[in-house]
Amino acid sequence: MTSTYTTRFGSLNDYDKGRVEPIADDVRNYAFSNCFEIAGTSKPYEKVVFGQNMEYVLEAIRAEGDSPWYTCAHDEFALCMDGEVEIHLVKLDSAQAVSNPDKEGAILVEGDPRGAKMGWMKLGRGHQGMLPAGSAYQFRSKQPAVIILQTCKGDLSVERWSSICQTA
Amino acid sequence: MTNMHGYNDFTLGGFNFRRDEYFAHITWSTLDGRPMSHTMDAGNFLRALMRDVAWGFFYGWVNFDDVIGTVNHYGTVDMYAGSFNGAMKDAGIDRMENFPTDDIRQLFEQMLADWTNAGFDPFAAPQETGSPYGPKHGDNMPAITRARELARRCVGLEGDLPLRTDERGAPVNRAFADVPQDTPEVHPEPGFENEVHAFNLFAFLSRSQVTWNPSFTSVVKNSFMCPTTEEHILPIIHGNDRVEWFFQMCDEIHWNCDHKETGEPLARVIMKAGDMAAMPAYCRHQGFSPKRSMLLVWENGNPDLVDDINSGKAPKVPVDFGA
Repeated sequence: MTSTYTTRFGSLNDYDKGRVEPIADDVRNYAFSNCFEIAGTSKPYEKVVFGQNMEYVLEAIRAEGDSPWYTCAHDEFALCMDGEVEIHLVKLDSAQAVSNPDKEGAILVEGDPRGAKMGWMKLGRGHQGMLPAGSAYQFRSKQPAVIILQTCKGDLSVERWSSICQTA
Repeated sequence: MTNMHGYNDFTLGGFNFRRDEYFAHITWSTLDGRPMSHTMDAGNFLRALMRDVAWGFFYGWVNFDDVIGTVNHYGTVDMYAGSFNGAMKDAGIDRMENFPTDDIRQLFEQMLADWTNAGFDPFAAPQETGSPYGPKHGDNMPAITRARELARRCVGLEGDLPLRTDERGAPVNRAFADVPQDTPEVHPEPGFENEVHAFNLFAFLSRSQVTWNPSFTSVVKNSFMCPTTEEHILPIIHGNDRVEWFFQMCDEIHWNCDHKETGEPLARVIMKAGDMAAMPAYCRHQGFSPKRSMLLVWENGNPDLVDDINSGKAPKVPVDFGA
C-alpha cells in the first residue's frame, strides 16, 4: 500500500491548537500560544509578541485593510501564514528615516512617506518577504490575513502574554 | 584497528567506541577504575553522531540518548557518559572529559565515515534510506559531508543561499507533494531588484532532502530563522543552554521535555500548525513527528548569551508573566 499524504496547515477559520501537558513543571515556562488564535482576537496590525529571545521577537499580526506606514533601522521579514497581503515599499528620504541607526523595532512614519517607490509584492500562504532596513512599508489586505514578523522588540510591540499563552 | 566486522575501533581520552553489525558499544572507566559499558542501536548512534558533527556540537547538550552525549563550550567540548543521568550520576559511575573542539570533531568525523555503510543516509527519514546494519560495506561520503545551508540575509537574494529546485537536486518530498509551489508576486522598480524580495518558504522546505537539520533562511542581526523538516524521531535529545523557540508551521510534533541535568520528565508539548512554544534553558527535549512536518526553529545566535545565562543576566525561562 502506498501512502498519500495531506499536509495540514492552519488558518484563521480552521486550526487545531495543541497544548502543554505538564508533568512536573509550570506550563507558563513553555509560553505556548497559537498565531491564528492570537490574530483572531487582535486589532488589525496590532503587533502581538508571541516569541521573544532577549531583544528579538516574533510578532503575530492580523492584517486587515491598509496598515500605517512603518519604517525600521534594521531588516525585518514577514511570513504570511494565511490569506493574501500586499507589501508596498518606499526608499525613505533621510529626513523621515529612523535617526538612530541602533534603534530596534519598527516605528510609524510621520505623515506620508517621501522617497522613491521601490516596488511592491504580494504574499500568499507560506511566502516570506523582506522589509529592508531604511525603507518605509505598508501592508494591504482586503481580507483578514495572518503575518509572522521577524524583528526586534520596539515601541509598537504589544506584550499580553497572560492572554495569549496557556497558563494552567 | 579493524575488527572482525570490518569497522575500526576508536578511542577518545578514556572513552572507547566499537561497532558490530547491529550496535555501537561505548566503554569507559569510572573515577575509581570500574569498567562501564553502554550499547546503542548502530543506526540511532550514527543519526545522532551525524547531527553532532554537522551542527558543530550545536548549542549546549547533544544527548545521543539518556546516557552519552556532548556539551559544547564553544572552543572545547565535553564528552560524557552518565553525567546527566540521575541514577548513574548518583551511583558515581559517570565519566566526563573535556577536549579541544578540533580533536573531538576529527575523531567523530572519522568514526562517522567509517561506520556509515553504503546506502545508509543518517540525515534521511527511516523510510527514505537503506539499512545501517551488517558488516562493513562501502561508505556514503556524499550524504555525510553535506554542508549546512545558511543564508546570510535571506534565501534567494543575489549572492545568498539559492532556492531549492529540481535542477539543484532538490525535488519535492513525497510527504509534501500537495504543498503549492507558486511564487510570490514581486514588482520591483528599476534599481531595487535585490531589495524588493520574497520567496515561497513552504515550497523551499518541501524540497528539503534531510530531516531534523535546520538551515538559516532569514537573519535579523543575531536572530536566525532556522526552519527544518521533521519526520520520525529527533535523533538526539537537545539540552538547551539558552531559551529556544519552536513555531510549528504545518502538521504536528510531540515533544518530551525533561530536566537537562537529571533526565526527569517535566512536560509534554503537543504542537500543531500555528502553535508556538519555548523550550526553557533548563530542559532537554526530543520531538516525534508522525508525518513529515515543517518546524521553524528560532534561535538567538548571540555568542555572549550563554555567559549571560550562566551569570544570571539572561533568564532561563522565556517570558516574565509578572506576579
